[in-house]
Amino acid sequence: MPGVEGFMYPNEVELQWSVLIVLYPFLTGLVAGAFILASLERVFRVEAVKPTYRLALLTALAFLLVAPLPLQLHLGHPERSYEMYLTPHRSSAMAMFGFVYLWYLMAVLVLEIWLDYRRDIVVMSQSTTGWKRWVYGAMTLGSNNISEHALAVDERAGWLITVIGIPSAFLLHGYVGFIFGSVKANPWWSTPLMPVVFLFSAMVSGIAVVMLLYMLLMWARKQTIDMRCVDTIARYLFYTFIIDFSLEMLDLVHRIYEAGESFRSLDFMVHTRLYVSHIVVQIILGTVTPIALLALTQVLRFNEIARKRIYVLAGCLTLIGIFAMRWNVVIGGQLFSKSFLGYTTYKMGLVAREGLLTAVVLTLLPFGILWILVKLLPPWPARVESVPDSNPA
Amino acid sequence: MNITRRHMLLLLPAAAVAWEHVLAGNPESSPNYKVTEHWWGMLIDIPKCIGCGNCVRACQQENDVPDGYFRTWVERYHVSGDNIETPEVDSPDGGKNGFSPAKEESGKNFFVPKLCNHCAESPCTQVCPVGATFVSPDGVVLVDKEYCLGCRYCVQACPYGCRFINPKTNTAEKCTLCYHRITKGLTTACCEACPTGARQLADLRNPKDPIHEFLRTHSVQVLKPYMATHAKVYYNDLDGSVR
Amino acid sequence: MPKSFGQFGHYRGAALSEIAARPVKFAGHQTCEGCHADVLEEKKDGRHARVNCEACHGPLANHADDPASVTPPRLDTAVLCARCHEANGAKPRTFPQVASADHSTGLPCDTCHQPHSPAITAGGAK
Repeated sequence: MPGVEGFMYPNEVELQWSVLIVLYPFLTGLVAGAFILASLERVFRVEAVKPTYRLALLTALAFLLVAPLPLQLHLGHPERSYEMYLTPHRSSAMAMFGFVYLWYLMAVLVLEIWLDYRRDIVVMSQSTTGWKRWVYGAMTLGSNNISEHALAVDERAGWLITVIGIPSAFLLHGYVGFIFGSVKANPWWSTPLMPVVFLFSAMVSGIAVVMLLYMLLMWARKQTIDMRCVDTIARYLFYTFIIDFSLEMLDLVHRIYEAGESFRSLDFMVHTRLYVSHIVVQIILGTVTPIALLALTQVLRFNEIARKRIYVLAGCLTLIGIFAMRWNVVIGGQLFSKSFLGYTTYKMGLVAREGLLTAVVLTLLPFGILWILVKLLPPWPARVESVPDSNPA
Repeated sequence: MNITRRHMLLLLPAAAVAWEHVLAGNPESSPNYKVTEHWWGMLIDIPKCIGCGNCVRACQQENDVPDGYFRTWVERYHVSGDNIETPEVDSPDGGKNGFSPAKEESGKNFFVPKLCNHCAESPCTQVCPVGATFVSPDGVVLVDKEYCLGCRYCVQACPYGCRFINPKTNTAEKCTLCYHRITKGLTTACCEACPTGARQLADLRNPKDPIHEFLRTHSVQVLKPYMATHAKVYYNDLDGSVR
Repeated sequence: MPKSFGQFGHYRGAALSEIAARPVKFAGHQTCEGCHADVLEEKKDGRHARVNCEACHGPLANHADDPASVTPPRLDTAVLCARCHEANGAKPRTFPQVASADHSTGLPCDTCHQPHSPAITAGGAK
């Protein structure tokens, strides 16, 4: 059989979950991570990251809106997906996740964004004209009250929602980890560490994407990048990455030490079919290198330009590494036979419903949506003086 | 064939009874079938399996199984010496056209037919998000193809690799224990076609079913017992090397 | 919520009868024996006594439905018998198997063996 090495159960040769199912935890991970970064300011009062607060929320929303799309495109019958809300099977993590997603989208993210932007929305509904006036008007949901008292209530409510939002964000991505981690049939997936590893890698990717977007947008608008903000974000990225890396190493060391039934088969797989994506891309390029780069910035003193460049490099490598991690979990988990006697290959289509092109479009789509959101709900103060750079680039 | 009137008098009542069982042109389940009276399983007698592939072919014919996918299949094991950790296994086209002679080597060689184990604690039904796959009251794990989303979670959750997605219906599919036959008093297609009696349908709730005596007097295993799926396909004399 | 959902459990109760309503393709040996009692008589003392009719003849519920208009195809013993009886190291040692090239030198099996009662008696082949 082409692409098969050794023995696979006959129905196992074809992979069930494609690159779209790799993309899905990547997108929801960015959501959870971006939200946690936003909550750093709101709940934990880390003032330094305030410039990215609104951007982080909008990023989370943009990605959360796109997240169901890879799932819908993957389903054999997407027209029946409403059944998950109508007759959810309570023992199924996938079914329960539908509600977690809905809760998080409506009761946390949309509500928090609305509360934080409410004053601006009301102002813009009164100051703009044409279709924009209509849009902002609709967004006010009928309330034009922007008195001191009302805004204080907004502030308090927003704080409360963020407090609820943090465990909700944990639940959102932890659940995705549980969807994999609870499958006893698959030893590559089945571990209680899976939700935790997914969550921390989500936080890493979310923090990295907000940091990169902030730097990109400020550069595009020819504004000064608040280095105190970016330095703080990079520090949090570093700490979170250490935890994430430790968890992944713990899983690895544990597997190697216990050397259970599946170990030889999985070990062989990692050293052959998964070598490039796992060892090279995920571990060396995507984890060890960014951690080392960030560690350098913590230990040594670099000037602003150097720090910016290191952060951009580390951020990009991080995102690649976290995507590779999702790939290695999802695709890797299907490359080996449950008989532990063989391996198959993933044949990814190019221009197919679940192909590479679709994955690329779905990855770019949130940035498109974010662009619209940023135009509609600017995450920065209306009046900004551009401060001349003390260190010209 | 020379049928006399006497033959006809004997044959006709028998044929009439059998006719009711067939109902080939009139598909409806037998009104006498009560789900609570049955708890289905299967017995597979390894020493009797000759790897002819009749079961795989019969299943495909009975259930319109698409080529390249298998509701049941046969694996051939070659265990050399004391190395039961790494047997050599093959299943050319699921064993549908039998097996070509292997090299004669020392060690054990045998066939293992496999199918859905109709687990009483089935992990595939646990993960279905909408209730499209379920354990019937008579112990058969079935898929409601009008309700299935095709999310493939059940395929991932099955430890035995018995599920697949039918490319025509885009829904999950697997062995139904020929539910449409057993509810009419017939046996499954694979058991009907097996020439040696290696596969036998078993009704665990029927006190007269030979399975009870068999389980008492033979060394019987299930596949992957550590998965605690409470599989109901019992294997006689299953070697420790079988995955 | 579909109508019969929850009738027996977390699924559409109607699915049970939908699945059970599938038409049957193998008639089952009891049905065959209903008409072909003479073959049953031939088989009953031989080594193929327990081999069901459709194991060799294939699914014939449509023939049982309408014997006059559906004629089962004639079987090619050279191919059919080899499926079970071609020698193979993985088959149980006690199972009758031959290397057909040596055994029958290309002749179809029913040259000497009667499939319904395959043993060749002391009096010679059939």
